[in-house]
Amino acid sequence: MSDQSKRTALVYAECAEGKLRRVALEALGAARRLAGDGGSVHAVLAGGGSAASPALAAAAAELAARGAGVVHVIDDPALAGFAPEAYAAAIGAAVAAVQPSIIVLGHTAAGRELAPRVAAALKGGHIADVTAIQVPEDGGADAILTRPLYAGKAFEQRRLLPGASCVITVRPNNLPVAEPVEAGSEGKVAALAYAAPPLWTTVRDVVRKASGRVDLAEADIIVSGGRGVRSADGFAPLEALAKVLGGAVGASRGACDAGYCDYALQIGQTGKTVTPKLYIACGISGAIQHLAGMSQSRVIVAINKDPDAPIFGVADYGIVGDLFEVVPLLTAEFERILATPGS
Amino acid sequence: MQIAVLMKQTFDTEEKIELVGGAVAEHSVKYIINPYDEYALEEALRLREAHGGSVTVISCGPGRAVEALRTGLAMGADEAVLIAEDGLAGNDRAIAAALAAAVKSLQPDLLLAGLFAVDRGAGSVALQAAELLGLPHASAALKLEIRDGAGGGGRTAVVERDTEWGVETVEVPLPALVTAQQGLNEPRYPSLPGIMKAKRKPLREVTAAELGLSADDLAPRTERVALLAPPVRAAGRKLAGTPGEQAAQLAELLQREAKLF
Ligand SMILES: Cc1cc2nc3c(=O)[nH]c(=O)nc-3n(C[C@H](O)[C@H](O)[C@H](O)COP(=O)(O)OP(=O)(O)OC[C@H]3O[C@@H](n4cnc5c(N)ncnc54)[C@H](O)[C@@H]3O)c2cc1C
Repeated sequence: MSDQSKRTALVYAECAEGKLRRVALEALGAARRLAGDGGSVHAVLAGGGSAASPALAAAAAELAARGAGVVHVIDDPALAGFAPEAYAAAIGAAVAAVQPSIIVLGHTAAGRELAPRVAAALKGGHIADVTAIQVPEDGGADAILTRPLYAGKAFEQRRLLPGASCVITVRPNNLPVAEPVEAGSEGKVAALAYAAPPLWTTVRDVVRKASGRVDLAEADIIVSGGRGVRSADGFAPLEALAKVLGGAVGASRGACDAGYCDYALQIGQTGKTVTPKLYIACGISGAIQHLAGMSQSRVIVAINKDPDAPIFGVADYGIVGDLFEVVPLLTAEFERILATPGS
Repeated sequence: MQIAVLMKQTFDTEEKIELVGGAVAEHSVKYIINPYDEYALEEALRLREAHGGSVTVISCGPGRAVEALRTGLAMGADEAVLIAEDGLAGNDRAIAAALAAAVKSLQPDLLLAGLFAVDRGAGSVALQAAELLGLPHASAALKLEIRDGAGGGGRTAVVERDTEWGVETVEVPLPALVTAQQGLNEPRYPSLPGIMKAKRKPLREVTAAELGLSADDLAPRTERVALLAPPVRAAGRKLAGTPGEQAAQLAELLQREAKLF
């Protein structure tokens, strides 16, 4: 066995609204596999501001219980807002402390900004937006990482070159989360010294999305509306269904262009790429640019009044009908089912 | 204000892409300027119109990337630099190093780039270049404004950016990198006089070696082992019955067959 099968991996465990994001646990799962059996896995948690400390402690405990050998916690006022240089330096501090050959982050808005900086600072590689990892029996060396190309029209598989260090960002919702380790073998939690760099970025204002909304990239269930919803109010039945299912609302560009909803909801080639367990397309024709953003969803449902709409070509289940009639019926149906325990 | 814009020539990913023997069939693709880089260039041109200065477009890629740079010049850029390197496709760190070296020699006040390229979709190169150059960045810009430093401070960029947590407004000191998100602007088309003028504008070709990059700077860290077509998704079934029956059936199927609930 080469040294390569005993790697040190570091996970940047991203938090949002005071909680560990699920993608952080997916990144931890990836890091454990890539480190291999004899390897070591570290995590770094970074945050700051008044409410940060208890949130970081809870997140650290969870990471330690799921296979992070050491969780390095940085709690610093410089990390109160998202100044990328401050967060990149926090990851840099952990890199200096543990000398990892693999660093894993979520391919999220923050991860996409931090990973290239960390990679360049390390003179390492960056494999972005990874959707699958195959690890040979004997550990993490020669792992094959799969990522989409050309707006989902192809996939490439890459491997790390021997001796190189590499940053990997994993697409939310695609890889399994790290499983808890046996009681008694939890990792340690330790504070990590951090000298904030001179801050370049001043956050002037944040117009937050309605809180409590499930983030599209990480949502398990997405109810999506197209031009067929006909107005901003037309999204109301979709929102009601999403609420009952605990999902998020998305949209086609047709709906965004028509002004029925915010561009932040747009799914597709020029919007977000999503891979939920369930995608319900309502009044969406299924243009190729829309499919580029959602066709890897596990189960796709289409509701459209045109039986020839291309969306039916990718849907597992299709209902030909008026969304304003069908969606409320579905909401009622799920309200009934989900209210019955054990159903 | 001196502005540099990083540009990539990409496949038009909206067109059909054919994979033959683990590679993209070149005859089946059309080359365009990466749409996100067009937003970056358009913003650069508007800023030059407002503040004066000049716009340089820079690309690193094979010889054919000259077409994209000419189009950039036709849209209104003042000059272009092609780092002519054939073998760097997929080697983000080498491309970032080459672009950073070219940018360094220009010393721009502002560096603009697209949020990501629609072909590889990694969004890594421009940010790696910013790190190598020691520049701040603001990514996914929906709006960009240049502010003259108040109270003796230097010039800054005020950027409204698209994030998962909402629209965030940040201010960074110049020089800085700003990456363009869809919605920043509507790029112009090259005009006929613009196309004529572009032919006489300076377009320089350099190699990575001429920029002073070593083999170590360009060494890849990862390699492709396969290029695959995506799994095809077979069409499923359409349900039948009244809308009420279909809704009930669907809920049942999602529960029992797809095991989602
Ligand atoms: C460069 C480029 C990038 C693009 N990027 C994206 C992208 O990221 N995402 C994206 O989505 N699109 C994108 N598009 C646009 C894309 O080509 C389509 O125009 C768009 O997806 C269409 O949106 P739609 O399906 O909502 O509208 P339409 O195509 O108009 O379809 C509306 C559908 O609603 C159905 N309908 C109407 N009323 C009802 C009703 N009462 N009940 C049920 N069904 C009903 C109709 O039968 C129809 O099928 C892009 C295009 C370009 C050129």
